[in-house]
Amino acid sequence: MTDTHQEELRDLALRVREHIIRMATDGGCFIGASLSCADLLVYLYSDVLDVSPSKLGDPGRDYLFLSKGHDVPALYGTLAELGFIGRERLTHHLKTDDAVYWHPNRKIPGVEFHSGSLGHLLAVGIGVALDIRMRGGANRVFVVLGDGELNEGSVWEALLVARSQGLDNLVAVIDRNGFQANLATEDLNPLEPLERKFEAFGWSVTRADGHDFAALERAFAVPARAGAPRAIIADTVRGKGLPSIEARADRWFVNFSHEEVAMLLDELHGERKAALVSETLMVR
Amino acid sequence: MAARTYEDVLGAAAQADERVVVMTAENRVAVRSLPRTLGPRFIDVGIAEQTMVGAAAGLALRGRRPVVHALATFLTMRAFEFIRTDVGIAGLPVKLVGGVPGFLSDGNGPTHQALEDVALMRGIPGMQVFSPADGEDLVAGLPSILASDAPCYIRYNALPAAAPHAPFAPGRAETIAPGADVAVFVHGFLLREVMRALPILASEGIAARVLNMRMLAPVDEEAICRAADETSLLVTVEDHFQTGGLATIVAEVLQKAGKTARLLPIALEGRWFTPGLLDDVLAHEGFTGPQIARRISTMFRHTN
Repeated sequence: MTDTHQEELRDLALRVREHIIRMATDGGCFIGASLSCADLLVYLYSDVLDVSPSKLGDPGRDYLFLSKGHDVPALYGTLAELGFIGRERLTHHLKTDDAVYWHPNRKIPGVEFHSGSLGHLLAVGIGVALDIRMRGGANRVFVVLGDGELNEGSVWEALLVARSQGLDNLVAVIDRNGFQANLATEDLNPLEPLERKFEAFGWSVTRADGHDFAALERAFAVPARAGAPRAIIADTVRGKGLPSIEARADRWFVNFSHEEVAMLLDELHGERKAALVSETLMVR
Repeated sequence: MAARTYEDVLGAAAQADERVVVMTAENRVAVRSLPRTLGPRFIDVGIAEQTMVGAAAGLALRGRRPVVHALATFLTMRAFEFIRTDVGIAGLPVKLVGGVPGFLSDGNGPTHQALEDVALMRGIPGMQVFSPADGEDLVAGLPSILASDAPCYIRYNALPAAAPHAPFAPGRAETIAPGADVAVFVHGFLLREVMRALPILASEGIAARVLNMRMLAPVDEEAICRAADETSLLVTVEDHFQTGGLATIVAEVLQKAGKTARLLPIALEGRWFTPGLLDDVLAHEGFTGPQIARRISTMFRHTN
């Protein structure tokens, strides 16, 4: 990957993070998970997915399903920056005159399916991948899963079925930010060694730094084993880009004041660290 | 020529319409010949009801019309949230076929007794519910159900015909007998027992109107209201918990229409049934034709 392209992706990701931070007030959002997957989504939509605003009705497009759902501010921001929706639409976050809320839904162009209940969209992705294969399509299905989401039994059921159906057009992308709602994943239901779990289920597995675009490019370039679905485990940092909230269990869902948002935007741009007062809401 | 079975009709529909995909969570009783004839449009996911329903939603997003099969309890309860969230919220045309519902689970025990399946499925906005009286009724309704764009739960029942059936009309009840003393609403295979109750009631001078409530959602409100106007006792008969099924539906329709009526619900009242062979279960639980006739007759005399 050229330095110029890396710079373009970093600029795009910075703008997506600005959107996320602006959505973390007047009701707030799941800021930690949104920031952890922002680079992943920017990379997927820029360099991997064959999809664009003009291709949304095309059955030959690549599909991306955001399974954990509560990281949708990162998707809203990406879709706005890439022209799927107008940027002004994000100012309608949590307004009843629009459909820009805490979980994805299909009223937003570019959102392929609603989510929010964990452990659903790998199964839905299997259905889409099965149909693409039946029709002889070359397009692929990407499902972004949270690591906390891997607690759900339905994920493991779907891992079995995807392998038995030989869906090598299906790619699971794990946002491995190390946290679930209130705790570090390894302090509740430890997931490691995660690659070995996926490998034992017959998947092709690659692990990479989810904030390093060049590393992501190398990971996604690994060819799929025939008949095996693929898993990309992306090691990420919850709250990435904002040192004052990075890798903290208590900055999961936050409703910041307007002053805090202004400070966080400064912090994102490398100025002084924000002095935060607002704590995570215990919504779970 | 042998009667057309569920499998014949589903197979023919799939041959005629490439949108139809048949899925199962390793329950092949009703679809045994279809893997051979449908090839990749037959998908057995193994014992994985949640994944089956989620994948059915994904197939439907791509324009397919999946018909999914599992035992009624595991389909409607294990996978309930997948049905509600992936099929229901999106309003996708997935057809959910639940095997051995109600008493038809006979000797399996409470784990397999789907007695709340109608309540659960009709509680999902937009979900249709088809509960055929027998195999002929099932086959009569299937093409219409498959042709509809709505999601639908089918309470699978392929028993021999309990009565000759009129052509299927979506959302309409079938009038099996025209009496005007009491009206008996029934869904599913218990029509057979109601047909056995009918001559007993007639011998006592009670003319019973019998309505086969093929569809419980949308339900035939007009037939219910007319029966409330024209008869002096309404009876519901179902192998379902009394809460949430046909008894509740009739009461809701009457309430909405501002009508009052005497209602005798014959259903399972807040308990699972004693497992055994079907006919023994019916006798033990009080659902044979003569037992149903006795309850109706007693209530009718008490009412009039």
